[in-house]
Amino acid sequence: MSSLVTLPVLLPILGSALTVLAGRSARVQRVIGVVVLTAVSAVAVALLAVADRSGPVVAEMGGWPAPVGIVLVADRLSALLLLISTLVTLAVLVYAIDQRIADYGREAASTTFHPVFLLLSAGVSLAYLTGDLFNLFVAFEIMLAASYVLITRRTNASRIRSGMTYVTVSLTSSLLFLTMIALIYGATGTVNMADLAGRIGELPTGLQTVLGLLTLVVFGIKAAIVPLHFWLPDSYPDAPAPVTALFAGLLTKVGIYALLRTQTLIFPDDRPSVVLLVLAGLTMIVGALGALAQDDLNRLLSFLLVSHIGFMLFGLAVFDAAAVAGTALYIVHHITVQATLFLVSGLITRRTGTVSIEAMGGLARMSPWLAVLFAVPALTLAGIPPTSGFVAKLALLQAGAGAGAAATLAAGVLIVASLLTVYAMARVWVRVFWGAVRPPLPDPDPTDELVVGTARTAKPMYVATGALVGVSIAIAVAAGPLSAITARAGHDLLDRGPYRTAVLDVEPLR
Amino acid sequence: MSVPERGPLSEPASEQSALWLGDTPDEEWTPPGKTPVGAGRTLMLEMAARVLFPTVLVFSAYLLLVGHYGPGGGFSGGLVAGLAFVLRYIAGGGSEGAEIVARLHIRPRQLAGGGLTLAVLTALAPMLFGQPALTSAKLSAQVPVIGELDLVTSLVLDVGVYLLIVGVVLELIRSLGAGIERDARDAEEPAR
Repeated sequence: MSSLVTLPVLLPILGSALTVLAGRSARVQRVIGVVVLTAVSAVAVALLAVADRSGPVVAEMGGWPAPVGIVLVADRLSALLLLISTLVTLAVLVYAIDQRIADYGREAASTTFHPVFLLLSAGVSLAYLTGDLFNLFVAFEIMLAASYVLITRRTNASRIRSGMTYVTVSLTSSLLFLTMIALIYGATGTVNMADLAGRIGELPTGLQTVLGLLTLVVFGIKAAIVPLHFWLPDSYPDAPAPVTALFAGLLTKVGIYALLRTQTLIFPDDRPSVVLLVLAGLTMIVGALGALAQDDLNRLLSFLLVSHIGFMLFGLAVFDAAAVAGTALYIVHHITVQATLFLVSGLITRRTGTVSIEAMGGLARMSPWLAVLFAVPALTLAGIPPTSGFVAKLALLQAGAGAGAAATLAAGVLIVASLLTVYAMARVWVRVFWGAVRPPLPDPDPTDELVVGTARTAKPMYVATGALVGVSIAIAVAAGPLSAITARAGHDLLDRGPYRTAVLDVEPLR
Repeated sequence: MSVPERGPLSEPASEQSALWLGDTPDEEWTPPGKTPVGAGRTLMLEMAARVLFPTVLVFSAYLLLVGHYGPGGGFSGGLVAGLAFVLRYIAGGGSEGAEIVARLHIRPRQLAGGGLTLAVLTALAPMLFGQPALTSAKLSAQVPVIGELDLVTSLVLDVGVYLLIVGVVLELIRSLGAGIERDARDAEEPAR
């Protein structure tokens, strides 16, 4: 059973290699991609079932036990996030495949897109599953290397500019990450996270604080926490819709996951952290206000993404089992809905030829299905009952309300940010879907990867987007069992016992 | 004095040196005449590249084999082999990149993809025998002349990584090196 844990990492890498070998057959590449991601989803379901029933599943690479060897660990949280991420990746791949068919024809193979896409998926899986801080760095590097290619391929000058911001910020944060690992290893002699959980406590308090803050900065950049968020609205919106959807859905969430894992396992606290609460409040409100000022649909969605990162940080800041569980539930909900919204934005842009909200109008009459596909995730993101956003927000608010004055204040900010989200979404709805019908604008740059202003949209692109909408509805329907799982996951995270026992075979800490 | 003079300056170069060395390569490594004179080629570097190229390749194979117990391995071996090709590319005067790759009858992407496939399959293989992924086994055999020979299965993974890295470097020479120079030349053409 434990060998299953390695498959979500190795299968996409194998698929990536095979798609390179099959560089001349577009059909084979598509089949490999879809089969691999479907297989990984199945493995993720099995891992979640096992982890929920009988505790974390641990695989020791090469048979070397922790803390010397490298381990992959699937506990409730990582298995759940792996499952939802793989499902979203699969839907985005289907969307991207059909977009490529619509734009370049059925026979157009690519020796970069498919391999790099699968490599990105392998990096995301590794980030969720690794039980080792250095391996987490490797996972981030795999993801980033793949994302550099995806964000700049078939590009033009403006996308190179935004790509440069992204690459520079990512490299800086990688450098800090490496420094952090070196400091932690120098201070404790281990990089195994379960082992670190026992060792960090032996260090002087000041050193603990420094290491904890460094972790916060490193993963804060990845997760786009205000004031480290500036790169995100600058770099995401310019990429093609499937790429942006994947980045917005997964990459920032992997940063939040890493923060959640390290803060609960290595730097635990017994009361709400005021620093994190302030950062969470700032992130929520700056993101939401930024969204109101945007005319570019993708930039608006990017700012909302930043705002909702604050929601997830809020749960971590409150730091009790229920709040952390709320964060886990919110990540699951947000991965799905944010990816969906960017895919829908891609569909809208193909229809209208522009990303400017002011230049659109009357889409509801032109394309009613598109209106439905936008309305459902927009309501979900805003958190209108009975959507999954409502369920997740309620979980966060319930946990935050009783956790002291600072947490209650931050919960108030959360409600304000939610209302601002509703307003931003309503503004998009009124401008884009109502009003007079406008003819599509021509593609400003026909040579680049972005094809816009065409009515040619393959039906499977709608189906893939619709499937993601279905997933977010399923999350709302299955909210009961799902929040039961996240509640157990939250309890595990704060308890630390099951994770450490599974990895190290030691007695629980407290 | 019956010993003929062997000074390189006093002899017709090509025939004589073939006589001395007796191992004229079948293919031209750094073909003269194909690249215009003054296209960034230097005689010293070209001669050095001719001598160094096979040596560096052998050294890379050594690194690959020694990697299990000593410093080395598939990654560093592959990088060193890649550097040998980079040296030829630089010595050959810039536009050589695509030609080197074409003359080798290798498609770099196939090399990289094949290497990665080999590496991942080696990582997955132990799971078929009920072992954790990446477990390596040691096979010992008595070989005549050499004596006892140990083969660690992780060598296969290293070979995969080696091929991957060589493939990636060749692809970089072709696309980023020669490709960019070609684009630059094409961009200059209309201006002349």
